[in-house]
Amino acid sequence: MRFSGAIAAVLLIANTGFAAEIPQAERRSGHDFMKPDTKAMQDEDTANPGMLWVLDGEALWKRKQGAANKACADCHDDARTSMKGVANNYPAFDKTTGRPIDLEQRINSCRSNHQQATPLPFESRELLALTAFIARQSQGARIETGSDPQLAPFIAKGRELYLQRQGQLNLSCANCHDDNWDKRLAGSAITQGHPTGYPLYRLEWQSLGSLQRRLRACITGIRAQAYDYGAPELVELELYLMSRARGMPLEAPAVRP
Amino acid sequence: MASALINVPAKAKRGDIIEIKTLMSHIMETGYRHMASGEVVPRDIITSFTCRFNGSEIFRADLFPAIAANPFITFFTTATESGKFEFEWTGDQGFSETASASISVE
Amino acid sequence: MQQPPHSSRRQFLGLAGGAAVLGAIPVVTVRPAEATPAMLASAIQNVTGGAVVRAGKVKLDIPPLVENGNTVPMTVTVAHPMAPEDHVRSIHVFNEKNPQANIANFHLGPHNGRAQVSTRIRLADSQKIVAIAKLSDGSFWSVSVDVVVTLAACTEDVI
Repeated sequence: MRFSGAIAAVLLIANTGFAAEIPQAERRSGHDFMKPDTKAMQDEDTANPGMLWVLDGEALWKRKQGAANKACADCHDDARTSMKGVANNYPAFDKTTGRPIDLEQRINSCRSNHQQATPLPFESRELLALTAFIARQSQGARIETGSDPQLAPFIAKGRELYLQRQGQLNLSCANCHDDNWDKRLAGSAITQGHPTGYPLYRLEWQSLGSLQRRLRACITGIRAQAYDYGAPELVELELYLMSRARGMPLEAPAVRP
Repeated sequence: MASALINVPAKAKRGDIIEIKTLMSHIMETGYRHMASGEVVPRDIITSFTCRFNGSEIFRADLFPAIAANPFITFFTTATESGKFEFEWTGDQGFSETASASISVE
Repeated sequence: MQQPPHSSRRQFLGLAGGAAVLGAIPVVTVRPAEATPAMLASAIQNVTGGAVVRAGKVKLDIPPLVENGNTVPMTVTVAHPMAPEDHVRSIHVFNEKNPQANIANFHLGPHNGRAQVSTRIRLADSQKIVAIAKLSDGSFWSVSVDVVVTLAACTEDVI
């Protein structure tokens, strides 16, 4: 059982508690840690499987939905202009709920409130396609999430979740992604954990998936009970991770192993 | 909502050898996975990919479950004349999708 | 718990992981059939009809250590002219330890200009990949490479 041996080794060398943000100059995207073949898969649009979802999203953007029979395009026009600079500022502060809201939830709240349509299930093809399409419009833009002062208490909460040890393996996100990045775990590189490319095509999934899916898989991987999709803890974690990645360019949809 | 991504140069010179890249959305279910109940998840793959140029077949691939999901296939062809490439993917459960791309050859 | 021979680490940890997950998440586990070198040999035989297969001309580009066995980029090239009277007719790719020996067959002709095809394949375990090219003169050429497939750190069950 080499896997648990590797985890035990990480536990021994890991720091407890204090984890400073990675300095701006040292921040590296998950793209950096990949082998050349996988990087090539992401870098070319016609080779990037994530782009299939972006294409679907482009079609969905124009499709009339719900009792109001409105398409996203009816209010938001050409996404290339209206959605530019959106995804790199998410999760954002939602005035109605007084809480942070991620892109998937924002799409669904738009559907309920403005299209009078039923919300799309998490990880459904349609929701992923729309999220990928919107995120794509901010390709290359610097992540600026969290600049709104109203988000401060939620970022702090997200940071707490990031630092807390949990599960049967008693590991925190920080143990791997702050203290041991660039080392390897069971053959894979440990990255710094910046969500610069979401939603992304994960080779393991052979599908596009959201940041929440990845977080749930990671939390299950350390043998803790994963939060449900849409849980406030997951949104707070997303918020903290995006603010921790400030200054890095968005590269959605990315490809990851 | 099957979609395809095709990369064909819009223009080429006669005699150029050009690369064509194709990406098709498909789960490529192997037929070797099991549900917890023990039932096999039935096989659902693309079994054949064909490319025709101005009606004549220029490339064909027989695919098996070992091809990864969202099949990516690239091949080469010589630019001889202007015309239309037609791509066809067929497979299990009556799967059939087509796409096309034009090229102008001078 | 004794590990059966030829079972992949992915399979073993997939089962172990599945057992540890609580709740009503449907568990889809991979239990591949046992593949054997004999299956590989007979799949090759189906293509060559028992003719002599010479080593050479064919090149397989696969990362020696793959990022993830689910999607492995592969390029197969045959260093041979593509002239009307002398060209590569087809390329056949096989594997050793997946449940099935065939990966793909590619059918070409002189108009292709270059006998080079790329795709992405699945590899269940560290194993040998074999590519065989059939030329227009009826001769067969081959190459084989060894690929190492490690288990990804966080395999997860289908949601």
